[in-house]
Amino acid sequence: MDLSVSLPGLNLKNPIIPASGTFGYGREFAMIYDLGVLGGFVTKSVTLDARIGNAQPRIGEAPSGMLNAIGLENKGVEFVRLREVPFLEKQNTEVIVSIAGSSVEEYGEVVSHLTGLDCIKAFELNISCPNVAHGGMAIGTDPEAVAMVVRMVKQVADKPVYVKLSPNVTDIVKIAQAAEQAGADGLVLINTLMGLRMDLRTAKPLLGNVTGGLSGPAIKPIALRMVYQVAQNVNIPIIGCGGISNAEDVLEFLYAGASAVEVGTANLIDPWACPKIIDQLPEVLAKYRLNSVQEAIGKALPKKA
Amino acid sequence: MKLSNAKILSNTPIAKDVYRMELACDFAGEAKPGQFVQVGLPGYEVRRPISISWAGPDTIRLVYKIMGKGTALMSTFEPGLELSVLGPLGTGFPIVKRDEVVLLGGGVGTPPMLLTAKAYLDAGVKVNVALGFNTKDEVFYASEFEQLGITPIICTMDGSVGVKGTVLDGLKANNIDCPFVLACGPLPMLRAIQNTYTEGYISLESRMGCGFGVCQGCVLVDKNGMPVRVCKNGPVFPIGKVVL
Repeated sequence: MDLSVSLPGLNLKNPIIPASGTFGYGREFAMIYDLGVLGGFVTKSVTLDARIGNAQPRIGEAPSGMLNAIGLENKGVEFVRLREVPFLEKQNTEVIVSIAGSSVEEYGEVVSHLTGLDCIKAFELNISCPNVAHGGMAIGTDPEAVAMVVRMVKQVADKPVYVKLSPNVTDIVKIAQAAEQAGADGLVLINTLMGLRMDLRTAKPLLGNVTGGLSGPAIKPIALRMVYQVAQNVNIPIIGCGGISNAEDVLEFLYAGASAVEVGTANLIDPWACPKIIDQLPEVLAKYRLNSVQEAIGKALPKKA
Repeated sequence: MKLSNAKILSNTPIAKDVYRMELACDFAGEAKPGQFVQVGLPGYEVRRPISISWAGPDTIRLVYKIMGKGTALMSTFEPGLELSVLGPLGTGFPIVKRDEVVLLGGGVGTPPMLLTAKAYLDAGVKVNVALGFNTKDEVFYASEFEQLGITPIICTMDGSVGVKGTVLDGLKANNIDCPFVLACGPLPMLRAIQNTYTEGYISLESRMGCGFGVCQGCVLVDKNGMPVRVCKNGPVFPIGKVVL
């Protein structure tokens, strides 16, 4: 069974990619399995300077999902360049570095610190984090700001640029098209949906940040709908993301027009989730009479006139 | 770290809202005092972090309190049911060579202190124990420590049994002035311990996403302003290290 997928900058041996924020820089997972089994992985988002993140609590439960409000805690781009890159260089898989910032300019600046590094195969712009006051989702919900940040990064990036879109918008197609027109090489759909829970004991919102991002199986139908809509309106590849926890979920996303998928919350629940999905995938493809991953991509999309 | 389909051997109440669950678990032999597991509950996405109270070669014991719907469901589970358990997780209590230590447990912070007491006894260290609860109905584990040959000082906030007041009041009432402490309990108790002692280790609690160091959900800040992951760098930290 041919599981391979070729995307701008990425030669994926299979379409399974752990999503940003659920995989760190891969170190904890490398201790329990060979990262070489993965198509690739996306690092935790990095900003120019270290960020301390949001107040506790940062995690809440939701039906078939979870809420998080980490707040882009990270050690800053120089730490990544000096301390994480030597580890990334040793991994036999495609590394995508997730970039975040509190301004359009910061995204460009972070990427400029990470150029000329062979181990980084692509950048993913996190313009969709719902848990920070500036940047993040504030950029990803405005088509003009999206176009600006993509253009800014494309000027400095020496690798393909993927843009991770926020579902917290009225029309995700408009945002996707803005990213495409500004030169994005691919799109990732979707980041978390903004949610909230109450603490009955304190009569206050549970999370320190008040709101958090909803992830997990609860958001899968929304993610699928958005992939399906966007796939019919752009000509750049889409990486699907949202509640994927088994090979059948992967196939749904491929049918909807995704060329590969990111697996997020499932990694937190079962650290071996990705290798298990990769193991299941050939059997599931065969069950639905498919000979390759390629054959499944976009199978459900209406034929273009 | 392993993922085990652990069969429930028993699940019984031992105090008000507090249950003791024994599980047949294939990583039991690797568990160290102060480590924890992430318990998956059917119908709930996020696992529950619960400390390992006791471990044999093939079994682990979890003592948990009903805190919400998930733990309420857990209390209804019958022997024979299998639970998905991830562990052992975290650093645990180091076994430090001392002549004498004092172990403090508060409420459902008490369970991990039992295996810790056993490890210190095995290392030839004199072990003092004080356990604190709100009231008589909530007291548990006195007899378990007695089985190890330790007579724990029982303290209750309302004085319904034992010394009236906190574990620190209990130590004072019994003239125990050992300077090296190992403790687990609610935040106000740990704050008081951190203000009183300079030597030893405390075990912290935090809401967790993963339990193995990747999601940054449980992060607290140390006294230098640096983030620490309760699940991976802890849950046991040197006293005074983490801002409480």
